Amino acid sequence: MELRPGLALDSAVDQVSVIVTKAPAGDVDLRCGGKPLVPKGTGGASGEADAAHAMGTLIGKRYVDETGALEVLCTKPGGSSLSLGDAPLTVASAKALPSSD
Amino acid sequence: MHLTMLLDMAADGFGDRVVLGPTKPGITGEGLRRRSLSGADIVRSHDADAVVYLAVNGAAFPIALFAAACAGVPLVPLNYRLGREQLAGMLRRHPGALVLTEDGGHPVVDELGMPSMSTAEWLSATGLRTPEPAATPDDAVPAVVIYTSGTTSEPKGVLLRHANLVSYVLGSVEYASAAETDAALVSVPPYHIAAVANAITSLYAGRRVVTLEQFDASQWIETVRREQITNALVVPTMLARILDAPGDLSVPTLRSLAYGGAPMPARVVRKALETWPQLDLVNAYGLTETSSTITVLTPEDHRTAVASEDPFARLRLGSVGRALPGVEIEIRDELGQPVPAGFRGRIHVRGDQVSAEYAGIGRLVDDDGWFDTRDEGFLDEEGYLFIGGRTDDTIIRGGENIAPAEIETVLLRHPDVADVAVVGVPDEEWGQRLVAAVVPRAGEELDVEDVRSFARGILRGSKTPEEIVAWSELPRTETGKLLRREVVRGFEAGAPLPA
Repeated sequence: MELRPGLALDSAVDQVSVIVTKAPAGDVDLRCGGKPLVPKGTGGASGEADAAHAMGTLIGKRYVDETGALEVLCTKPGGSSLSLGDAPLTVASAKALPSSD
Repeated sequence: MHLTMLLDMAADGFGDRVVLGPTKPGITGEGLRRRSLSGADIVRSHDADAVVYLAVNGAAFPIALFAAACAGVPLVPLNYRLGREQLAGMLRRHPGALVLTEDGGHPVVDELGMPSMSTAEWLSATGLRTPEPAATPDDAVPAVVIYTSGTTSEPKGVLLRHANLVSYVLGSVEYASAAETDAALVSVPPYHIAAVANAITSLYAGRRVVTLEQFDASQWIETVRREQITNALVVPTMLARILDAPGDLSVPTLRSLAYGGAPMPARVVRKALETWPQLDLVNAYGLTETSSTITVLTPEDHRTAVASEDPFARLRLGSVGRALPGVEIEIRDELGQPVPAGFRGRIHVRGDQVSAEYAGIGRLVDDDGWFDTRDEGFLDEEGYLFIGGRTDDTIIRGGENIAPAEIETVLLRHPDVADVAVVGVPDEEWGQRLVAAVVPRAGEELDVEDVRSFARGILRGSKTPEEIVAWSELPRTETGKLLRREVVRGFEAGAPLPA
């Protein structure tokens, strides 16, 4: 599917919700629980998570692909986990910025 | 990209944590969501198309901000100290608003026949109601409208979109990164962008927010100790007053102090580092139009600059730091062409958090999305930004352009000078004449002739103020911004301003 920053998506298999914060151009095979993500508000309806993609997704964590071109933020947690195709996304390290306001 | 998404994340992720007020009886993340939804019901029951916040800062403020977001209407924080005419003018721009006031209401609000509630009634009503389920909020409506203080022109309503504010938060704050014992003290008024930004970033970080209704140096110190504050934000005038406060200045729990809003004299920064060696100092630069902070001078930058033998590295203490991730900065000359590092020009900024949008005017960005801040400055080789006064402040004396900031920096190095304003006053011969108002340090006798010869020793003759007078105080806004026109008026009236 085509992604853009700000796009909100749900996992098709459970409660996980994400928002896209960084996206490469063109078609992106972003999945959760091994199934393509679905538009916000339509998630959790179909099927079960692929056992290989059931490592869990944590609220507030940013998940990236290995090139760093794709980044999504988890806004609702769940048991299924994110992948680009079959390659699992990993948690991006925390930002080191001091609080300024 | 809606503020309610951040509210939901806080309530879902750390709903039991106290996020507002003293620990007991504080308001939790879940409590804030429930109150915000209840507040949204109240807003809808009034058929209001905006929420005007016309009161001091407090727990009612973040609830008003998120309630407005849940109801899909903007929050409009206004200065409760404005004169009748000005306030009525701003309120008339929001005729369908529900107004939150201090106890006893507000005469101008009543005069205009607008529906209102006191913040105490708001806190009580949002705590009692059981909210309706959340509707899908509309993100085409601005999240916040802030009127810029208008030091040089009529106030303009800056529109901050949900996407601007959420981009700022996601780009600069790590979710739930605060410890449960962390607490931020807010002493800026609610109509300042920093207060809006703080309400959102603190919630997202999971940091409890305590507010000081009105700034007072001794109360600030006392509150930091009582509430075990770990983070605070001040404007330069506040920091100078805190450091000059009588008695014990120790603030054992305070770890991080951010400052911004106006140029900070390097001497005050040094004194802060001497007084509180354990403290992380953070200098932030930003505008209302950029959803708060766009550059940050980090604690490490401060320590490196103070410790350095290299005079250029020490100058970094006077820098506002480097751009946040997701923010681009470019310096341009008067023809709009980018200039290299080290050259002065107009600061331009680009990024998702930049709104640059004004009510009734639209977005003021160029074709490539750059916003002209109208601030003058330069970048050094490593991307540190230095602010060199507003372009509008430039004094033209006999055809020579003089930046007041340059002369003010020199005068501030005089040991007896606490504060200074350099302005141009009309002059038949030169067009403008260079004059300075200086505020003596507390308890010091100030010899203005000594200050003048000190300045002459460093500056060229044409840049030495012809007249230097001692005033007890400079006209500044509550947020520390110097009102240069008032300084000029003070000189034209030929008398010092009342203290």
